[in-house]
Amino acid sequence: MKPVAFGYARAETVEEAIDLLAEEGREASVIAGGLSLGAMLNMRLVRPRIVLDINRVPGLDTIVAANGVVTTGALVRQVDAFRDPTIASHVPLLAHALPHVGHYQTRSRGTLGGSVAHADPSAEIPLALVTLGGAVVLRAKGRTRRVPAADFFLGVLTTAREENELLVALEWPTRRPRTVYAFDEIAQRHGDFAIAAVAVAAEVVPDGTLGHLALGLGGIEDRPIRIETAGYAGRRADASLAEAIAEDAASRVVPIVDLQANADYRRQLVRVLGRRVLAAAFEDAVRGA
Amino acid sequence: MIRVKPDERVRVSLVVNGRWLFGHAEPRMLLSDFLRHELKLFGTHVGCEHGVCGACTVEIDGRATRSCLRYAVQCDGATIRTVEGLAVGDTLTPLQAAFNRHHALQCGFCTAGILMSTTAFLAENPKPTEAEVRDMLSGHICRCTGYEQIVSAIMDVAHGGG
Repeated sequence: MKPVAFGYARAETVEEAIDLLAEEGREASVIAGGLSLGAMLNMRLVRPRIVLDINRVPGLDTIVAANGVVTTGALVRQVDAFRDPTIASHVPLLAHALPHVGHYQTRSRGTLGGSVAHADPSAEIPLALVTLGGAVVLRAKGRTRRVPAADFFLGVLTTAREENELLVALEWPTRRPRTVYAFDEIAQRHGDFAIAAVAVAAEVVPDGTLGHLALGLGGIEDRPIRIETAGYAGRRADASLAEAIAEDAASRVVPIVDLQANADYRRQLVRVLGRRVLAAAFEDAVRGA
Repeated sequence: MIRVKPDERVRVSLVVNGRWLFGHAEPRMLLSDFLRHELKLFGTHVGCEHGVCGACTVEIDGRATRSCLRYAVQCDGATIRTVEGLAVGDTLTPLQAAFNRHHALQCGFCTAGILMSTTAFLAENPKPTEAEVRDMLSGHICRCTGYEQIVSAIMDVAHGGG
């Protein structure tokens, strides 16, 4: 379909963009890669009065590692993040997640920031950010604030971003010692929206027991979630622990229901995929410990 | 800041297949429609218009991308390659020739997009594995061939022999 008519504004600086957002508020939609917004415009699911294009704002496409955090500008394209040596070495979970994001022809243009701002519950990039305990940097006129990823995603396509704020960067905590990162998902076809996605950061200490564990789930609830796993620290990191944690996670989720899957099926995927990803991560970590 | 009203038609100039061309677009005009209706380049096909089918894929500034998810007004000054930019006269590119030899198309609706994706893909990765080729092709929908001949054609042109 064709979109409803909209006005177009092309910002040359972040200041111009946030000035326009201050004026237009919810009447404006920010376009970065346009892989999600373009589809929604064309299907007339959104009808903004003005589309604010930030693609020519300089300085929003940088990847910088400092003080234990990798900061990615809002316009970093998914393919560039995937090929970036800083991401590969410092944020391996994101590198593992990116091949599952859309397709070769969409990763070329789609951005990290756009995926987070769009907040599809099955999206991989938000899931990686939540699992790692990252943050979203938002700028409005006269102020900048950082929102922890856990507080940013509020529901389906709904975030804590206020209408006058521009998402300018994401902050990714860098890899922890002795920690293995793993990501996998189940979708109807590779590159489709995940019915269930599992992201893991697992630390195994030298005696073979579990240290810190972060377990994130995507596509299951109305936003990416992290499962509470602190109680498992100190137990032997093996296949039976993987099974116990996955079983526990499956019993705690409140799955969404859509045309792709009902709640029971999603819960079963948490059980099966969770066990598989955790067990593989534990095995890798024990080998490295 | 450049601002365009919803019903305002602005001039868009870009390099298409090595030539500067221009046309006019209101903000909501898709690049795919601009290529076809303003520039009369009908080789780029339009399928789903929401980024799923891959038929409209073209190269924009060196990258294979959906032209239905780009608005023409965003593309002022861009460099674009469409399927019309592949063959020189009657001389097909090696990829097009391989598609011909392997019967890698039937109705041809998806072909322009697949050729543009694959041209960009092989420039970055000239010796892909079959798994890599299939992963790249997952961004296209072909309802005729079952993909086998498309994979064969791409593997042939990448790895030679036929």
